[in-house]
Amino acid sequence: MPSFVIMEKCDGCKGQDKTACMYICPNDLMVLNKETMKAWNRAPEMCWECYNCVKICPQQAIDVRGYADFVPMGASCVPLRGSEDIMWTVKFRNGQVKRFKFPIRKTQEGTAVPDGGFGEVTTDLASQCLYNEPAALKLAALPTVKK
Amino acid sequence: MANFENVEVTTDILLCGGGMAACGAAVEASYWAAKNNLKVTLVDKAAMDRSGAVAMGLSAINQYVDINSGNNTCEDYVRYVRNDLMGITREDIVYDIARHVDSSVHLFEKWGLPIWLDAEGKYVHEGRWQLMINGESYKVIVAEAAKNALAKYGHEYFERVFITTPLMDGERVAGAVGFSTRENKFYVFKAKAVLAAMGGAVHVFKPRSTGEGLGRAWYPPWNSGSSLYFTLIAGAEQTCQEVRFIPVRFKDGYGPVGAWFLLFKSRATNAFGGEYMVERKDELAKWGEYGKVKPIPANLRNYLGMLDEFEGKGPIFMRTEEAIQNIANALKDDPKAYKKKMKELEAEAWEDFLDMTISQAILWAGTNVQPEEKASEIAAAEPYFIGSHSGASGAWVSGPKDLAPKEYFWGYEYMSTVKGLFCAGDASGASSHKFSSGSHAEGRAAGKSMVRFVVDNNTQPNVDAAKVEALKKEILKPMDLFVEFGAKSSDPNINPEFMKPKMFMFRLQKIMDEYAAGVTSGFKTNKAKLDRALELLAWLKEDSAKLAAEDLHELMRCHENIQRMYQAEVHVRSILFREETRWPGYYFRNDFPTIDEANWKVFVNATYKNGAWEMRKVPVLSIVN
Repeated sequence: MPSFVIMEKCDGCKGQDKTACMYICPNDLMVLNKETMKAWNRAPEMCWECYNCVKICPQQAIDVRGYADFVPMGASCVPLRGSEDIMWTVKFRNGQVKRFKFPIRKTQEGTAVPDGGFGEVTTDLASQCLYNEPAALKLAALPTVKK
Repeated sequence: MANFENVEVTTDILLCGGGMAACGAAVEASYWAAKNNLKVTLVDKAAMDRSGAVAMGLSAINQYVDINSGNNTCEDYVRYVRNDLMGITREDIVYDIARHVDSSVHLFEKWGLPIWLDAEGKYVHEGRWQLMINGESYKVIVAEAAKNALAKYGHEYFERVFITTPLMDGERVAGAVGFSTRENKFYVFKAKAVLAAMGGAVHVFKPRSTGEGLGRAWYPPWNSGSSLYFTLIAGAEQTCQEVRFIPVRFKDGYGPVGAWFLLFKSRATNAFGGEYMVERKDELAKWGEYGKVKPIPANLRNYLGMLDEFEGKGPIFMRTEEAIQNIANALKDDPKAYKKKMKELEAEAWEDFLDMTISQAILWAGTNVQPEEKASEIAAAEPYFIGSHSGASGAWVSGPKDLAPKEYFWGYEYMSTVKGLFCAGDASGASSHKFSSGSHAEGRAAGKSMVRFVVDNNTQPNVDAAKVEALKKEILKPMDLFVEFGAKSSDPNINPEFMKPKMFMFRLQKIMDEYAAGVTSGFKTNKAKLDRALELLAWLKEDSAKLAAEDLHELMRCHENIQRMYQAEVHVRSILFREETRWPGYYFRNDFPTIDEANWKVFVNATYKNGAWEMRKVPVLSIVN
């Protein structure tokens, strides 16, 4: 069913005008029911299982149940995403559990400098070089062909 | 008419889209625009942090030319792409992306993307052109740099605004209109130059899974053909719209196979243990010079596997257990090192899915698969429109001044045949194999080119207010239809006066699947079938005026499916026009079952103006021997 909301845990992001899952869903699927103050996935059959709602939920109130039309029941993949890495707990149908941890970024959130520190190298609008090239290419000059 | 407030935004440079290409454009255009006192505005239908095709993450960067090492040149990359696309490619554009892509990758690394490094601190290559990454946050990082660039120079961006239609001032683009998917607001963006970078198209063809798993397309379901529709309606010439892509992936979950084939050197074998790449080698000789090249073009590899399936020799298995064993066996005399290596390989195999196709990991867990012990099925998926990958569909754009043959150059690289309308990523055609990194690089190059155009053409095009109002009425019509007739029936989805977007999409998918070489027709078609497809599509087009929406979400779905419908039509017309079979593993014309180099080593270009289609052949010109 793709992503679903665990009723017990969802707090509707405490009555803000939009929930975290609504903010992030790339396919505009998550909606807040203003009466129950619980979010829900309005079209699970259009869900890509990208897990962005699962990863962003401050209450860990969203999980994914694999597509029932081809995935046998009982498995789950649960992420815990931090600022530097992500921890996955993979549960098999037969009960086996595996845990993996992978890095996700090497810099502090928010610190991406647009020119990457390569500087404003080319200032001529007519040049084929982009503004931090050729330095950002780690080359002396932009390649071209002899016509 | 539904009560929507008009929001008017006047800008110089409008970037439509928020994916890799648009983020690249934002970084570059922001700088040049500020230098020239121009304003940049970006509009995304989702949230930039997780929008576009890289929303989930990626486990590899598929284009890194590595020019600096001296191992490869841009010329090498052009030859690789040209061969993979069976000779049909814009070498000037492929070259241009290749010469900029390494700087995009270096920027990603500086911004914080973890790229795998070997003991000497060099990038770990998955294959000749591919790098392994820990890419869960790839898009978050790239979007952050784009947003920081926009903020640094005082530009702006809008999220959750869905662009539908271009605004025109005669032959020049004048902006775009769309609506908020969160509140009743109709947006009118007026601009001097517009970038279309709104992705490819998914769900034009019926997918293999049609229940809950409908959304588990290989490419994301939010790619609805927005780029194609926007540029086509503006009058921009299209190219290679017959060149769809069919990925062979792990069956059902559509997990990536690149790491298995390239990094782990896995074999694929059929039900009888046979290897189609070996047993069917002679078939390659039928496909001209392209059957002789290495690597073997993706569509020919597909085709050999499909032949096994057609003959009932499936399932095809990726021999993961054998591949992992082979790598670990090198350490079999050292039990400690062997155990460590096995553990490492296991984590790498799982990360490959968890970074970009988590569904495949659930499918493995749900079927108790441990890749080091058990092989997994692979299969050809359904057709997709993804000019950035191994398809080639997109708009016909100008090449760069120093690379393009004069026939391919009209002043500003990445500008379509419509003045002021630029394209990047899946929106620009005949420049395949740019993937995530190349799309970003192409966006950057287009961003600079747009500033150059605006500096040379620094006048605000005229926007006819009456036309805007007419567009608004047409775009909001699905909501009006529902209000007018919804109460007439007991079921909001079943009504004699209208149809809902979901069933409209299913009708489109059925036509394409059965007549235009989809999965159930074994990817085969012919003229009679394609003519029938056009007849059925014409009725669908008439019925698109009867689409109804209950809310903003459904209104977006209505327009997404209109976009898909045009993607379908331009595809059918392009396949019909090309009277040969050139990419047998993508589609097969049974009435013209062979490659015809003498007559068809050309681009097929399509234009749609005033309701009429014009198809033409355009010569393929080479810049690299």
